[in-house]
Amino acid sequence: MMLDDPFQGAGVLPDTHDGPILEISNLSISFFTRAREIPAVMDFSCSVMPGEAMGLVGESGCGKSTVALGVMQDLGTNGRIVGGTIRYKGRDLASLGADELRAIRGRDIAMIYQEPMASLNPAMRIGQQLIEVPMIHEGISRTQAWARAREMVADVRLPDPERILRSYPHQLSGGQQQRIVIAMALMSKPSLLILDEPTTALDVTVEAAVVDLIKDLGRKYGTSMLFISHNLGLVLETCDRICVMYSGEAVETGAIGDVFNHMRHPYTQALFRSIPLPGADKSARPLRAIPGNFPLPHERPKGCNFGPRCDYFVAGRCDMSDVAMASIAQGDRHQSRCLRADDIDWAAPMVAGAQQTAPEKGDVVLEVRDLKKYYEVAANALFGGGETRVVKANESLSFAARESETLAIVGESGCGKSTLAKVLMGLETATSGEVLLDGSAIQDTPIEARDTRLVSSIQMVFQNPFDTLNPSMSVGRQIIRALEVFGIGASDAERRTRMLDLLDLVKLPRAFAERMPRQLSGGQKQRVGIARAFAGGARIVVADEPVSALDVSVQAAVTDLLMDIQRREKTTLLFISHDLSIVRYLSDRVLVMYLGHVVELGSTDQVFSPPYHPYTEALLSAVPIADTSVAKQRIVLEGDIPSAMNPPPGCPFQTRCRWKAQVPGGLCETQVPPMRRLAEGHDIKCHLAMDVLASMDPVITFAPGA
Amino acid sequence: MAFFILRRTGVMILTALCLTFVVFFLTNLAPNLEKLAKTQGNARMSDAEVTSWLDRNGYGGPLVVRYGEWLGVVPGWVRFDEPTGEWRGRCILRGQSPEDADRFCGLLQGDLGYSTVSNAEVAAIIGGRMALTGVLMFWAFAVMVPTALVIGIMAGMREGSRMDRALSTFSIGTTATPEYVSGVVFIILLASSQTGLSPLLVDWGWLESGTLFLGSARSAMDGVTFWNFTLPVITIAFYGIGYIARMTRASMAEVMTAQYIRTARLKGVRFRTIVLRHALRNALIAPFTVIMLQIPWLLTGVVIVETLFNYNGFGWTLVQAASNNDIELLLACSVVAVFVVLVTQLISDIGYVFLNPRIRIS
Repeated sequence: MMLDDPFQGAGVLPDTHDGPILEISNLSISFFTRAREIPAVMDFSCSVMPGEAMGLVGESGCGKSTVALGVMQDLGTNGRIVGGTIRYKGRDLASLGADELRAIRGRDIAMIYQEPMASLNPAMRIGQQLIEVPMIHEGISRTQAWARAREMVADVRLPDPERILRSYPHQLSGGQQQRIVIAMALMSKPSLLILDEPTTALDVTVEAAVVDLIKDLGRKYGTSMLFISHNLGLVLETCDRICVMYSGEAVETGAIGDVFNHMRHPYTQALFRSIPLPGADKSARPLRAIPGNFPLPHERPKGCNFGPRCDYFVAGRCDMSDVAMASIAQGDRHQSRCLRADDIDWAAPMVAGAQQTAPEKGDVVLEVRDLKKYYEVAANALFGGGETRVVKANESLSFAARESETLAIVGESGCGKSTLAKVLMGLETATSGEVLLDGSAIQDTPIEARDTRLVSSIQMVFQNPFDTLNPSMSVGRQIIRALEVFGIGASDAERRTRMLDLLDLVKLPRAFAERMPRQLSGGQKQRVGIARAFAGGARIVVADEPVSALDVSVQAAVTDLLMDIQRREKTTLLFISHDLSIVRYLSDRVLVMYLGHVVELGSTDQVFSPPYHPYTEALLSAVPIADTSVAKQRIVLEGDIPSAMNPPPGCPFQTRCRWKAQVPGGLCETQVPPMRRLAEGHDIKCHLAMDVLASMDPVITFAPGA
Repeated sequence: MAFFILRRTGVMILTALCLTFVVFFLTNLAPNLEKLAKTQGNARMSDAEVTSWLDRNGYGGPLVVRYGEWLGVVPGWVRFDEPTGEWRGRCILRGQSPEDADRFCGLLQGDLGYSTVSNAEVAAIIGGRMALTGVLMFWAFAVMVPTALVIGIMAGMREGSRMDRALSTFSIGTTATPEYVSGVVFIILLASSQTGLSPLLVDWGWLESGTLFLGSARSAMDGVTFWNFTLPVITIAFYGIGYIARMTRASMAEVMTAQYIRTARLKGVRFRTIVLRHALRNALIAPFTVIMLQIPWLLTGVVIVETLFNYNGFGWTLVQAASNNDIELLLACSVVAVFVVLVTQLISDIGYVFLNPRIRIS
């Protein structure tokens, strides 16, 4: 019997099949709770042809991951397919029994997940987890499987496969883990690969390398892909076709070029207008946020789901009955779920938002001179003792920030940007150097020793709005609490008035004062966080990735809000981010950090155009841009960021630098380069000669004719 | 690793010192000593006589000095006894001259003192009793741990299923039943010739006569049999089964929702293999600590069960020593208990490191 046979492959599916690899038609998936049925996906259709890469984009909660799990037939106990079919090579997956399904999973359809660390078993060696796949599906021996695993690990460009196979997941870096997850998915050469936000947890330069790898492997093995992402730029770089989802429905689908350049659904258009593309500018050409909020599954409006937020909404037409997908005349299998797709003038330029004049920069508010922050850590953290090692989290940072200025601090994880924020906030004290706020030194004053005025004048907006609000205190109470701490207002009544003013400032309805944080969406929570930060009339606000946890359409609104308040309050904004698109959009000056060093500092224009620091160049190249008219130089950094515990000698970037050969005498490996002034206000930490720097080409160019 | 064990051992010794001092202080409170004098001397002693008796027998000095003597870091007391004309002292055996005797005799020298009630060296009494308790604990563990783990894993692998609910109800029931209740219930059900199962079985002719199990474990001290030892063992194991099973279930249920289990499922791994190969080791990390902590907990169970089934092991001795005001024996019992607790803690920490590769020491 097949059941007892460890080798369960073959036989479930015909080998010859010419038609789409995956064909989803009118799929509806619901989750059932005690109270009600929650439709997660409705009337969803798409097909993936052999060798084709299909991108599935949409904001969180739009049902894109549910589609993936539906294809895998793994919806858990509450989820159920309530309509439509999913055909894989012509077979209806819903009709398969448990054993047949198991034979398909891993062998025919494989999946790559968002969080590589969580998707690998922490108590099993990498090799063990890899060889399992072909051993189950192809019945090959352990030695054969091991040889295949070694080959696969080499294929995903990991060094020293034998050592990797013998290590545990926690011994690898995030990028390496994701490569292992990819290798695992490809072990049995599946014909369909589902990638669920495969690079969201990774740094941009690592992301670029992983995306590159996925594309190469897809080409090499002829695998079809279903690529799920919220990042339009990433989808443009990897996919042939795209399907845009909104609130459980596909709203537009077609070839990448058609959808990006000739979009026929208002949501797609609004999405593109809300992301910062090169050319957007906070003063001259601000982003346009999508008004309103994403509807919850049980609050979907009648008719078109996007109707209430749509600029082209016509009452009596769009809100009458469900809208069906309709084909668009031009383009290859281009479809849109919009009744007015033919009426709207799609070529009309965006109605520009209110233009603002860039505020005058004032005096220097914050000055950091030669700041160093070293941590001493025990070599083995759990049991303490033993030798200690020094982690150089910040290495001689110097910069100044003026009133009303936005200074962006850019770098990947581990570059020391969060340590810098902690020192500024007083959560850590500096090892050496000076931090001057309005001329007085604060680097050695921990937060407990700071007076209320100082505490309220440096405030922070945190990355994750979900964790930074007290879940058991109403929104208004939390803001009043901040006012109390800052000693603002003489009486409770006065503080209450001020709190309501603050809600106005962050454009939240005053009724929200009585709400609990769980009743708020992510963007609304972040607004509360911003209100709290500005409660005490902060001179400096450190915004640590304030929008990276939010959805694309909300990001624009929150970013604009920050800019707006800054203009009004003349605050200095230190904007910490890894997202260069948004940095380019909103910052006046940019500071690029790598391994604790400032490698480049200059105005936004200076940093984003040549001559670059080699690291900035690679960073720029790594950022996916959702614009078909942009041509990018492809620079892929090999390897990982070195550990701050064991930094390379000489220039911190020398291990990954592609320009290293241009510096004579191996200077990069022996000496930390000095900070050099290239132009007024533009400093760079690099050994490269002036003429080499001058010869650099721009990374991002607009294709001719665009 | 060596440094870690060294440091932990240091902390352990410090803890042991504190705990033994507390026990020493409590057992050497004035009323205890007075009672001791009256039982050893005569019951109608006057207060002055009690003081002089205590003084002559080395209970007179300051508490800290006597604690030091008991530990073996302060020289034992030596005194010339006027009425008998002999040298007497903590370390002097009867008739020995003070020159021949050891200067120190305490815990560190391996001298646990002399039981005033049994008229025997404490070390000799404790040794035999510990061995008996060891046998009981071994069997209790051998029954408890595998049963609990199997129940916990079966319940946790499909959270919310009918099997989960049934097994969880059983586990909660057993944890909610203390030994002195379950022990009595077991005796009535299984070890009485008048009520419970035994008369039924005799009626049906399945049992010749007598009872299914023996209600007293006295004969088990000479030789363990299924008949005489089952009841004490399951009484001890009963409570622990539920507790460990609950912990294992929680841990297993959590692991089964982990993303890497989904990864395995979507790799096409069959359910049995997922449970055994992917989930088990991760699920056992948390219960391991609980199991180790269960050993000192069993010591208290042992006190009740040994008394209930009249099994003269460590727990029985502890009860006897306490009720007889046998100070030295009681102290020795507490030292043993403290030692067991601390050593199991150490083992659980080390074992945790081995089970969890993430904190394996390089």
